[in-house]
Amino acid sequence: MAVLKVKFTKTKRDKLAQVLWILNWISVVTGAILFSLGTFLKVELNKRGELMSERDVQYVPNTLIAVGLIACAINFLGGKICYDCVDTAKFLRWKVVLLPYTACTFFFTFCVLVGALMCYSMHWELEEALNLGLTQAMRFYKDTDTPGRCFLKRTLDILQIEFQCCGNNGYRDWFQIQWISNRYLDMSKKEVIDRLRSNVEGKYLMDGVPFSCCNLNSPRPCIQQQITNNSAHYNYEHQTEELNLWMTGCRQALLEYYTHIMQSVGLTVLITWLFELSVLTGVRYLQTSLENVLRQGDPNSDSDGWLLETSLMETARTNLSIIKNLGKNNQIDAGHNRDPNVDVPSTSKAHYGPDNVPPKHNTEG
Amino acid sequence: MALLKMKFNQQRRVRLAQGLWLLSWLAVTCGAFIFCLGVYLKTELLRRDEVMENTEIHVVPNILIMVGLASIGTNWIASRVCQDSMDASRFPRWKVLLLAWFVVAALLCCLLLAVVVLSYALQGRLEESLKVGLRNGIRFYKDTDVPGRCFQKETIDRLQMEFRCCGNNNFKDWFEVQWVSNRYLDFTSQEVKDRVRSNVDNRYLLDGVPFSCCNPASPRPCLQYHLTDSRAHYNYEYQSEELNLYGRGCRQALTDYYMGLMNSTGPGVLSVILIQMSVLLSMRYLQTAVEGAMALENPEEESEGYLLEKGVKETYQDVRAKVLNLVKFVQVDPADEGASGAAEGEKTADANTEKAATSPPAS
Repeated sequence: MAVLKVKFTKTKRDKLAQVLWILNWISVVTGAILFSLGTFLKVELNKRGELMSERDVQYVPNTLIAVGLIACAINFLGGKICYDCVDTAKFLRWKVVLLPYTACTFFFTFCVLVGALMCYSMHWELEEALNLGLTQAMRFYKDTDTPGRCFLKRTLDILQIEFQCCGNNGYRDWFQIQWISNRYLDMSKKEVIDRLRSNVEGKYLMDGVPFSCCNLNSPRPCIQQQITNNSAHYNYEHQTEELNLWMTGCRQALLEYYTHIMQSVGLTVLITWLFELSVLTGVRYLQTSLENVLRQGDPNSDSDGWLLETSLMETARTNLSIIKNLGKNNQIDAGHNRDPNVDVPSTSKAHYGPDNVPPKHNTEG
Repeated sequence: MALLKMKFNQQRRVRLAQGLWLLSWLAVTCGAFIFCLGVYLKTELLRRDEVMENTEIHVVPNILIMVGLASIGTNWIASRVCQDSMDASRFPRWKVLLLAWFVVAALLCCLLLAVVVLSYALQGRLEESLKVGLRNGIRFYKDTDVPGRCFQKETIDRLQMEFRCCGNNNFKDWFEVQWVSNRYLDFTSQEVKDRVRSNVDNRYLLDGVPFSCCNPASPRPCLQYHLTDSRAHYNYEYQSEELNLYGRGCRQALTDYYMGLMNSTGPGVLSVILIQMSVLLSMRYLQTAVEGAMALENPEEESEGYLLEKGVKETYQDVRAKVLNLVKFVQVDPADEGASGAAEGEKTADANTEKAATSPPAS
């Protein structure tokens, strides 16, 4: 009742071993690619680390790096094993390791799949982190004299120029915060005092944006101040003007950028997972067929290979009972309410004769 | 009296052929490297094509591309010659080609040297070209509605932001040009009228710069207008303010960038020249050694390899004599034709006089 039984001749086994050897080496390469992708993602996330609040998005690149390294190691070992499996003499060396190796590969393949799914789920965590982070950064834009925040202005300016975006959701976010430091405001001027008094918190709010929001493609020189005032600029209509400033919000722009990276990385991880799955299946077949050959005794004979010896339910039951008994190994069997000091005669049916058999005398000679 | 004579036994000849085969494949990769270098340099120059007035500087990447391709072909031929050199039946067919090969290889080395020299020598021309190109770009910055010039604004803005520079020599270049188009000027306003009347050409000049000159590293929000007026902005002093705008001129920034590119490729090109020279010399030794061995009774014996059969002076005199003979051969032919033509002319004249002499007796 084996699951997916396949008959293997000697040549088929050898071919399987060779194919697996090649597949293992390809998987080492994909493991290395995974490792480098994880490192790349980590570097990219750290570059914009100041703009993300304290959300745990680092777990994705860390998992990818770990998975990549483990994939390299496991498949390197697998390649070595498969290379040796062609020769029955060398196979005996690896016989003991093969079953645990197959089990490890099975769990590892599962981890790879989890890694792939994590790539796609990072999207929501990242959005939250960026939302909070950008709001903070914009609030501290003016604090170029506060240690620890003095580079936020530069970071935000360069971000807006590079990603062609403005503000968190749009350029109007700049209208709601004070982005000009008090050091550069002439408090003796009436206009400044009026603005400061015009809101509850005493902030100098204006309908203007920093220069980094300016759109390169605009046919006219950039209008940064008094954006909502149509009469302040000649031939200007605020509602229809689209080319003056960048229209995208930076959260949207950054999210798109990272999602694009994550999708490519996720695709690569899925391909790696498929490779690992095929390697796992091949190794399992190879292991079972070689074990059967050894059981039969003749290394050149045909043997059967399978995925599971009995059906899925029975294998699960046997494994569970093995695990249960492992725990019971050190325990005395007091489960049937028996006093361990009482001698209970053996109920075995096999009768091997009396214990006091006289020795045979050699009467000859 | 051969130049740099060396003795080669059979084993050394084989080793030389093998070593040269490896060296020539290395030279092929170097040729590919030079080609890629040329392509990269050309694309970088083409990207900023709009701010350069002439394309004289393009001669450097063009030569690199040509030399790269030629070097790949030449060194591939060298590897084929090495493979055939151990086979006495196949080697003679390369004999004629080898002379041309030496000429081509020497020419490639000279061209590469010329490239290194040119990349330093053309710096002045590059600066001139950039000066004129940038001046035009700044002048046409406002003409975003004129076909053919509508992208100047975007080009200059992008350039200033990418290279962190402002204007041609510095930011004051923007004070001398009208960079705000008349379409966006309110001519009913008194301020505009005053400014336009204040200079001879009726241009709207102001002491302001475009936003792309702004330095993100400045601690204060960018000041673009009324730059020379210290009173127009709070806590601002025009003379001592350094971080507000980019301090460098774009001409300087671009020249530095391109010179840096070409200088960093200098060592690479020099090492490629060395490799090519060593291939050339080794090929000469291999050719003379194998030819010497083939001329012997026992081809497996020791033969001599040299660079030149006679000394430098004698070889030069030989070559000169050969060239002169070639020239004389060409010159003698027309002289011969003239002489034979004159002889023919004389013969026909004689024939005519004979005819004339014979005709009167007939009449």
